[in-house]
Amino acid sequence: MGYHCVVMVKQVPDTKAVTAKAMKDDGTVNRAALPAVFNPEDLNALETALQIKDQYGGTVTVICMGPPAACEILRDSLYRGADRVILISDRRAAASDTLATSYILSCAVRQLPKVDLVLCGRQAIDGDTAQVGPQLAEKLGLPQVTYLEKLMEMTNQHIVVHRNIGNGWELVRSKLPALVTVIGEANVPRPAAAKRMMRYKKMRGSVEIAREIAGDKDPAADPVLKARIDARITEFKAKGNLIEQWNLDNIKADLAWCGRDGSPTKVHRIQAVVLKGTGHKQFAPNDDGVRDLIHNLIEEHTLG
Amino acid sequence: MIKVNRQGPVWIFAEQESGHLSDVPLELLSKGRELADHLKVRLGTVLLGQGIGELPAKLIAYGADDVIVTEHPLLKDYQTTSYARVICDLIKKYEPQIVLYGATAMGRDLAPRIASEMRAGLTADCTDLQIGDHAEKDGPVHKNLLLQIRPAFGGNIIATIINYDRWPQMATVREGVMRMPEPDTRRKGNVIQEKTHVAPEDLLVSIIEKHRQAKKVNLKAARIIVSGGAGVGSKDNFQLIWDLANSLGAAVGGSRAAVDLGFVDRDHQVGQTGTTVRPALYIACGISGAVQHRAGMQESAKIVAINSDASAPIFGIAHYGIVGDMNIIIPKMIKALKARA
Repeated sequence: MGYHCVVMVKQVPDTKAVTAKAMKDDGTVNRAALPAVFNPEDLNALETALQIKDQYGGTVTVICMGPPAACEILRDSLYRGADRVILISDRRAAASDTLATSYILSCAVRQLPKVDLVLCGRQAIDGDTAQVGPQLAEKLGLPQVTYLEKLMEMTNQHIVVHRNIGNGWELVRSKLPALVTVIGEANVPRPAAAKRMMRYKKMRGSVEIAREIAGDKDPAADPVLKARIDARITEFKAKGNLIEQWNLDNIKADLAWCGRDGSPTKVHRIQAVVLKGTGHKQFAPNDDGVRDLIHNLIEEHTLG
Repeated sequence: MIKVNRQGPVWIFAEQESGHLSDVPLELLSKGRELADHLKVRLGTVLLGQGIGELPAKLIAYGADDVIVTEHPLLKDYQTTSYARVICDLIKKYEPQIVLYGATAMGRDLAPRIASEMRAGLTADCTDLQIGDHAEKDGPVHKNLLLQIRPAFGGNIIATIINYDRWPQMATVREGVMRMPEPDTRRKGNVIQEKTHVAPEDLLVSIIEKHRQAKKVNLKAARIIVSGGAGVGSKDNFQLIWDLANSLGAAVGGSRAAVDLGFVDRDHQVGQTGTTVRPALYIACGISGAVQHRAGMQESAKIVAINSDASAPIFGIAHYGIVGDMNIIIPKMIKALKARA
């Protein structure tokens, strides 16, 4: 009894916390100044998986593709109740668009023992595309149920899901295995458990360890540095404190479908949204000012 | 993926439910017409369902040259895998160079599934589309590509995305950002029937129950919108927004913050996660103007901002501004409007 749930998570810059501090003088946003957070709806996906485990038993595996710093949200996943966490980190995966990302994630899922349900947040707050979930479902040949608000029922063969589609709702039954995307309204994610925190706070990814020792230096060019890193990684592993890490070779990914080469969409141009200087007409905050404003709107036929 | 075919048509997925077309494919027909004319190719729409009645004629009146219809009892209700199957087959047969979808709950569920199966590019939530050239770094120049323009990073940047080697070029487009064209019932077009081999086993998901509710508020159709934000202060104060709207015959909107604080219902939300509006006049009261909000209203013809904070970003896109307490300003506006009548 019990189900194997796999949750896809992403670390994102907190685009909802664009404060004055994160604004540059030219009116654009300093992305580096934004804190990195657990993508909100991925937390809802994790909570859904943990509730399945609470109710039916089983295991929850969390997969994250990202840079070394993304280990932070994998530790957080352990604190909240995940059984196994895996970081996919590979420079060759950089600049992957949603299609290449979903391909890489599908290769990772195929390395896992039998999966019953894949869960993703509906969308990430940095890109808001909501594409990786459906694309991953297609890559894995699974049925997809997007916008899960409530999981009503789960058996070995199927799930029944209440979907929120904005202008209404649907109750749908899907065969298992399946992929669902979870919306923010689905639940309130549980906080980190203090006991689990004590147990897992020492967990580190090998990329994190390498970075702690080598900084920005390339350890491949320095045998002494590399030996120190390897020794430390072995030490962490022996204590069971090493976060599992996979690269594209480990998951048997075809490099032609990864990274920039594997991404059909390319960036043509990026423009920062500049908030300065269109210049507007000011009216005084008194009877005269208000009257002038209304008069202005009537005269130009905006009101009429 | 399909080969790059410069003669391929521009296609629009004609989203319909229970025999009713959504607004967004009709809005897309105005932009699609522009793109197809620029490329000198045909503008097609793809219509799936069962019992679709007069919808092909409507699509032609709104600008389509061709309506490709696939009717089947199993296509009556939208389902990801069956719809994706049929559309992928049609894409392989007709080799469109561009396929556009509404960025609706349905479009955002369907388009990525198709993109993945076709191994084609897809850009989500575009706010503008153009045709233009792209020069690869130290490489060839690709002529007449679809420039897919969208806000990213919570609206802090505008990205233009292209897709030159794996076609079709696909995008979903936000509801309400393209103008609805005027229908012309004299327009002529072709209706092409296509068969499908969808079988019951293709349907991996079954709908047990379905419930739709029309939005109580139609912000998109409003000529004037009075909108309140967190700066309104309380649900009681929000009554002033309703009062001003009443005296102008306007609709009431709210920022995400106002909705989250319970000042006004979610149906009224304007912004990236709410409704995108482009009224003749948008009056923003106590709205600071976070990027998510601006993304949903900055196309308004005239923007009036009332805010006690002179440095609020909303003033950066406003045409007229009053720095002051809206609790004092709004009653004065109502008075001035009454005096005019």
